Amino acid sequence: MKRIVYREWRIPPQRYWSLIGYLAALIGIGALSFGYMEHEGHWVTGMSNSVVWGMPHVFAVFLIVSASGALNIASIGTVFKKPIYKPLGRLSGLLAVALLVGGLLILVTDLGRPERLIVAMTHYNFSSIFAWNIYLYTGFMAIVIAYLWSMADRQGAPFNYPIGVFALIWRLALTTGTGSIFGFLVARQAYDAAILGPMFVALSLAYGLAVFMLVLFFCFEEEGRSIGPRVLRRLRNLLALFVAVVLYFVLIYHLTNLYMAKKDAFEHWLLLGGGFYTFVFWVGWILVGNLVPLWILYHPALSEQRNWIIAACTLVILGGLAAMYVIIIGSQAFPLAMFPGHTILESGFNDGVQGAAASYWPSIPEVLLGIGGVALSLLIILVGVRVLQFLPESLADEVVAPDEEQLAEAVAVKPA
Amino acid sequence: MHRLHAPHNQPSGDESPAEAVATTRRALIGTAAGLGAAALVAPGVVLHTLSAQAETAPITNKSRWGLLIETDKCAEGCRACIEACDHEHGLDRQVPEGSPSKWEQQKAVWIRKVKLQDNQTGRITQLPLMCQHCEHPPCVDVCPTGASFKRADGIVMVDRHLCIGCRYCMMACPYKARSFIHHNTTGQLTAVPRGKGCVESCNLCVHRRDYGQDSTACADACAATGHHAILFGDLKDPESPIRRRMREIQNRQIREDLGLNTGVRYAGI
Repeated sequence: MKRIVYREWRIPPQRYWSLIGYLAALIGIGALSFGYMEHEGHWVTGMSNSVVWGMPHVFAVFLIVSASGALNIASIGTVFKKPIYKPLGRLSGLLAVALLVGGLLILVTDLGRPERLIVAMTHYNFSSIFAWNIYLYTGFMAIVIAYLWSMADRQGAPFNYPIGVFALIWRLALTTGTGSIFGFLVARQAYDAAILGPMFVALSLAYGLAVFMLVLFFCFEEEGRSIGPRVLRRLRNLLALFVAVVLYFVLIYHLTNLYMAKKDAFEHWLLLGGGFYTFVFWVGWILVGNLVPLWILYHPALSEQRNWIIAACTLVILGGLAAMYVIIIGSQAFPLAMFPGHTILESGFNDGVQGAAASYWPSIPEVLLGIGGVALSLLIILVGVRVLQFLPESLADEVVAPDEEQLAEAVAVKPA
Repeated sequence: MHRLHAPHNQPSGDESPAEAVATTRRALIGTAAGLGAAALVAPGVVLHTLSAQAETAPITNKSRWGLLIETDKCAEGCRACIEACDHEHGLDRQVPEGSPSKWEQQKAVWIRKVKLQDNQTGRITQLPLMCQHCEHPPCVDVCPTGASFKRADGIVMVDRHLCIGCRYCMMACPYKARSFIHHNTTGQLTAVPRGKGCVESCNLCVHRRDYGQDSTACADACAATGHHAILFGDLKDPESPIRRRMREIQNRQIREDLGLNTGVRYAGI
C-alpha cells in the first residue's frame, strides 16, 4: 500500500469551463423558473390545495436524503475503520454538503413567501419537525466542514474519529428527521407511520452511494485516474446491500399497512388501482429502482463491468426519484379518510368524490427548478474537486489499503 | 454657509423681494399642507383610537368558541353558509385564473358542503365542513414559525406576517381545512388580511368576536334561511344555547380517533 495522494481535478480548462457553462445555464433556467413562480404565484404550478407539495419537493427531498447518504462512505472509513474507504472520505464530505445545499435551495425557493426566510430563522416552534430540521441541516453542514478539515489538515487528524462519530450520529438524526416530516403526520393514510423515519435512512444509504459512485466514476474517467477492481467491488457490493435494505423497508411498510384495516383502501389504491401512481410505484420504484439494479449488481458477469455498475447506479437514482414521487405526491393524491364507511358523493373542495384521487401533473417550471437545484449541487462539487484536493490520485488495487479480511488471514497464518 | 443653514420659512435680510415672497408662499403652502394633512388624519386617529377599544380587551380562556352542526337540518343544494362566508371574508372577490378546472383546484375555500352516503345503509348526509378548531391542532404543532396558532378562546388561525408559505400545516390537517393562496389577491377586506403565498382557513369570524358580536356569518346565514343547522357559541358556558343543545342531542367529532377535541361538532353522522 502506498501513501494516498490527493490532487485537484486537472481536466483541460476548456472541458472544465464548458461543464461549468452547462451547469450555470441549468442553474440560470432554474432561477428563472423560481422568479416566474414567485412572481405569478403557485397557480402556474401543478400544485393545488389537495397536492400542496409537488415536483420541487421530490427533487429537494431526494437531494437532502442523498446528502446524508453520501457521507456514509466517510463514516465507513473513519468510524467503522475500513481503511479501503479512507481515500474516498473527502469526496464523500464534499458531496454531502453540496447535495444538501442544492436540496435546501429548492425547498426555500418553493416557499409561498421565500423572502420571509428570515422569519423561519428567527421564529421557531420546536414542536415542529421542520424547525428541528433547520438546526439539523445547518448543523450538518458545519459538522461536515469540520469533518473535512479533520481529514485534510494534519492538525485536525486527532479529531477525525470523534468528529466522524458525531457526524454519523448527526446524519442519522437528520435523515430520521426528514422521514419524520412525513412519518409524524397523523392526518394522511400513507403517512402516520413511524417506520418512515428509518426507511428514509435506508433510502439515503442507497441514493447517497449511487450519486457518490457516479460522481466518482465520472471524475476519474474524465481525468484518466484509475479505480481498481477491489474498490469497485466494495462499492458495488455495498450498493447492492443498501438497495436490498430499501426493498426490505418497503416490504415491511406495506405489509404493516395491509395488516391495518383502516389502511386497506390506501394500499389497494396504491398497489393496484392508483393508475399512474401504481405504475410509478411498481415500475419506477420497485423494478427500475430496486430489482433491476439488484439483478445487475449480483449478476456474475455484468457486475464485473464498470458500465453495468454505472447503469445500476443510474437506475437506483431514477428509482429514487420515482420513490419520492410516490411517497410525496401519491400520498397526497389519495384522499383524506375523514368519513370511514362512507362514500363522498359531492364536495365543494375536491374531497375525493367517489374515492377519486386528486389530480396533479408537474408543470415545466417546477421540474426546471428541481433540475436547477441538482445543477447547483453538481457545480459545487465540480468547483470543489477542481480547486481543492478532494480526489485521490489513484484508487488502483496497489494503492488502496489491503482488505481487512486478507489482513486477518495474513496475521492468522503468520507464525507466532 | 450661513444661507445654507437659514430656515426655509424665514426670509433672510439679503434676499430680493421676489425671493422673499416666494419663500413666504412656500412656507404658507407648507403650513396649509400640514394642517390639511392633520385635518385628514386626525379624525382617523381619533376614530381608530375609539373603535380600537373593543379590540384591546384581552382574549382569555374563559370561553371556547365552537359550532354545532345538525346535519339533518342541512338542506340539499343550499349554499347560504358558503356564500355568507365568502362575502364576510372577501373570498368572493377572488378573480379566477387559469382554466376553470385549475381554478377549482386552487381557489381558497374556507367552508364547503360535503354530501356523504353510508356504504352500509345508503343513508345520505349533508354537512358543511370547515376548520374544526381543534384543542390540539396538528397544524399548530407542525408550523415551523408559529404562524399557525390557537388563541386562548380556542380559535385556530394563521398569522399572515409569520407564514412563510411552506404548506406543512396543510399536510398535517386531517380535515383539509386550509387553503394556500396561489394567486395575487386584490380587493381584500380590512378585517381579513389575505395575500399570495400564505395559508388561510376559517377563523370563526374572529373579527366579529373581537367586536363582541355573538355569531358567525355562516350560522347567521343558515338561520336566515330557516334551517338552523349551524349553531355558534361558547362551549365552556354550561348555559349557552350550544351547550344546551349538545346536551340534548348526540354529537361527535370528525376523526374522533385522533383525539383532537375539535371545537366543531356534528350531529347525525
